[in-house]
Amino acid sequence: MNTTLTHQSHTEVLVPPELEVVRMTKKFGHLTALDDVSLHLRPGTFHALLGENGAGKSTLVKCIMGFYRPDHGDVIVDRHSRTIDSPRDAHRYGIGMVYQHFTSVPAMTVAENLVLSRYETSNFINWKQELQALDTFMETAPFQVPLSTPVSQLAAGQKQKLEILKQIYLKARILILDEPTSVLTPQEADEVLGLLRETVTQGRLSVLIISHKFREVTAFCDEITVLRKGKFAGTGLVKNLSIADMSEMMMGERRQPKPVHKTTHLQQNPILQIQQLHAHKDNGAEALAGLSLTVQSGEILGIAGISGNGQRELVEVLAGQRPATQGQILVNSEVYRSTRAEMYRHRVYTLPEEPLRNACVPHMSVAENLALRTFDRPPQSKAGVWLVLKMIRQMAAGLIDTFKIKTPSAETPVGNLSGGNVQRTVLARELSSERIQLLIAANPCFGLDFAAVEDIHGQILAARNQNVAVLLVSEDLDELLKLADRITVMSEGRLVYESAIAEADFATIGRSMAGH
Amino acid sequence: MMLDRETWRRNLESICLPVGALLLSLVLFGLFCAFAGANPFGVYESIYTAAFGSSRAWQNTLIRAAPLMLTSLCTLLPAHLGLTIIGNEGALVVGGLGAIAAGLTLQGNAPLVVQIGMALAALICGGVWIGLVGFLRHYRGVNETISSLLMNYIAIALLNHLVSGPWRDPSSLNKPSSFPIANADLLGTLPGTRIHYGLVYGIIACVLAYILIKRTTFGFAARTAGGNIRAARIAGLPVGQLTLAICFLAGSCAGLAGMVEVAAVHGRANESLNANYGYSGILVAFIARQNPLAATAIAVILGGILTSGGILQRAHNLPDATVLVFQGIVFLVVMYSESLFGRLSIFKERPGTRKVKPAAVQV
Repeated sequence: MNTTLTHQSHTEVLVPPELEVVRMTKKFGHLTALDDVSLHLRPGTFHALLGENGAGKSTLVKCIMGFYRPDHGDVIVDRHSRTIDSPRDAHRYGIGMVYQHFTSVPAMTVAENLVLSRYETSNFINWKQELQALDTFMETAPFQVPLSTPVSQLAAGQKQKLEILKQIYLKARILILDEPTSVLTPQEADEVLGLLRETVTQGRLSVLIISHKFREVTAFCDEITVLRKGKFAGTGLVKNLSIADMSEMMMGERRQPKPVHKTTHLQQNPILQIQQLHAHKDNGAEALAGLSLTVQSGEILGIAGISGNGQRELVEVLAGQRPATQGQILVNSEVYRSTRAEMYRHRVYTLPEEPLRNACVPHMSVAENLALRTFDRPPQSKAGVWLVLKMIRQMAAGLIDTFKIKTPSAETPVGNLSGGNVQRTVLARELSSERIQLLIAANPCFGLDFAAVEDIHGQILAARNQNVAVLLVSEDLDELLKLADRITVMSEGRLVYESAIAEADFATIGRSMAGH
Repeated sequence: MMLDRETWRRNLESICLPVGALLLSLVLFGLFCAFAGANPFGVYESIYTAAFGSSRAWQNTLIRAAPLMLTSLCTLLPAHLGLTIIGNEGALVVGGLGAIAAGLTLQGNAPLVVQIGMALAALICGGVWIGLVGFLRHYRGVNETISSLLMNYIAIALLNHLVSGPWRDPSSLNKPSSFPIANADLLGTLPGTRIHYGLVYGIIACVLAYILIKRTTFGFAARTAGGNIRAARIAGLPVGQLTLAICFLAGSCAGLAGMVEVAAVHGRANESLNANYGYSGILVAFIARQNPLAATAIAVILGGILTSGGILQRAHNLPDATVLVFQGIVFLVVMYSESLFGRLSIFKERPGTRKVKPAAVQV
């Protein structure tokens, strides 16, 4: 009881602490995720942290929250340098974080979840007292959620409110939100952010929000800090900045892509045609909303976009991992349903993201994984029934050598290899065929080092120059600008921008990606 | 399995761990017997004598091993597709019912015709029974372990209903049974023994299963789908058809075990069909680590242990069910040993010392 009373009486006077991050650097092995980044969150402001995927935003907040220990740099709370080793430490300094995904127990009520979230819990809970305290808390909270409802019965917007309430209940004065609106409808997002904005305006809270959406930034935020490729790219007050300024900060000056050799094809045929394709996400929400596109032979069609706008589902539908709900896919003007026979006839190959999860059988050997496309064809099988183990082994040895897969032996389970070598295994399998006609690649270079990236880019370009039609889905805009012949942007399940690479307008791409 | 000089450690691991698990179970079982007031070493000796001590004991053991080999395949084959099916008992019972129906219908034809008819009926009935589990799994998302377990009860209820109702032989008084199969139509025995031909069926089925899984494109596709269904889909493999086919084959093996029991042991269908061979088959599949060839050997060992139930009662004053305690201990220890795979450093693969020889292959 006492705690709630003090909480209430202090809300009027207690100003949120000032948070500063000074010259922070964080390395993961050879990769520098954060390079000398600073950030200043003034008390009682709504601050947005902007950047493309992989710019280091999540790494930065995880360093603040104590999930990672930075290699250099300081976190300063109210002008004192603090060592934060865990979220519990962060909580002590009044910092709380709301994650992208829900962390409540669905089968328990809102009240139970709130009590559960406390760091100091006793073995016995006096529910009468707790519920009274919670009622009082709800009266002063920026938004209300019914205390006795099980979390499983709440709508997504209410669940997100509960996540935020949890942090306020834990007396967080600085709230860090990691893309809090990615699971919400625009209306729900506006409501949640609007109510938070009011609380901030009253001076009771500071908010640091990671967002991709310029609309939300211009509507609710006071100040922005932008990261680009792990580096500090700029900061400023929202009222002084236009959207063009922000998107330029995010993407940087248009870098001249390294010239690559592209042969021109005189005759191009449409290979892949997608017509009005619809598909659902895992949770049944709409992922693809009538997407149409065509890929010609000998061209790379790039699809840019912020992750979560349906790119993954598109690739899954094409790869046969997810059923389409409407629309159709044509390959060589024939209906394509991703059966093995069709893949073989139309020579369709796929480089999916997360190769170990999507394209390998972890406990089967490297040799067997390399044979996944060819095991039922001669010379690796006789009459389509018997495996010729000798040929499978022989081909594996050849591919391991050509594609420089580092493995103890061809019989090692592929799950024992490092990520880069798993990727090479899939690459070897999908690109070694001389008869590719259509290649579907999704973030093929994610998490690889520089040399490997160059290598894979070279292979994809070589395929294109041999008249292969390539659909390249990537979150790395530089990669697309370097490789693609045409670039499109995907947002909310459809293509919202398309242009030839020579005429691509950088600022427009940025705005379309941010859903503006 | 593709053998290679560099993989001997992993092969050794897959032999040492199950054998170690069996030995540990023996020790634990000995402790149990000591608590129950028997001399553990005397018990071991009795089990050995009853199971493998004489030609007669061997024959008893092998008669019991035959249905175990067949029922173990009902768990073993789907395991390669990533399914855990425990409906072996039900498929055996349904197979036995199919066999008796065919055997009685075809009575009067040449014995070989009747026997082939019984075998086919058993294969189809058992196959459809587990095929249904596969269908529910793939097309309706029903957990295959639960549904196959529950279908056991349905099968047993069906058996009891048929033999005490529509199919009942009025002369079977104490134990309701179907009409018997004509003596001429019963499965014969191997020359010079009491062992029936079911043992041959079992060994052939296990060898075929091994070839199917390891050496055919069908087995490769099934293992791929079992290991990672997303990878199987990206390779365009027909996961639904694979599921149905594997489940059908699995069920038909257990169904054949039912036919063997009907046509070689009991001569008719009654509640004796439901003699736990199905459940013991699950154990065989797990100890054999889903390898069909290993399953033949494990089935013999387990068949021997089952044979020794009576002697434990007579010689050591232990209850008849003591062998079930032993089975339970084996199951738990084997399950535990599964968790040790890849954890023990002596079995870890060392980085290759021998360079992989590049073969002359065009890529």
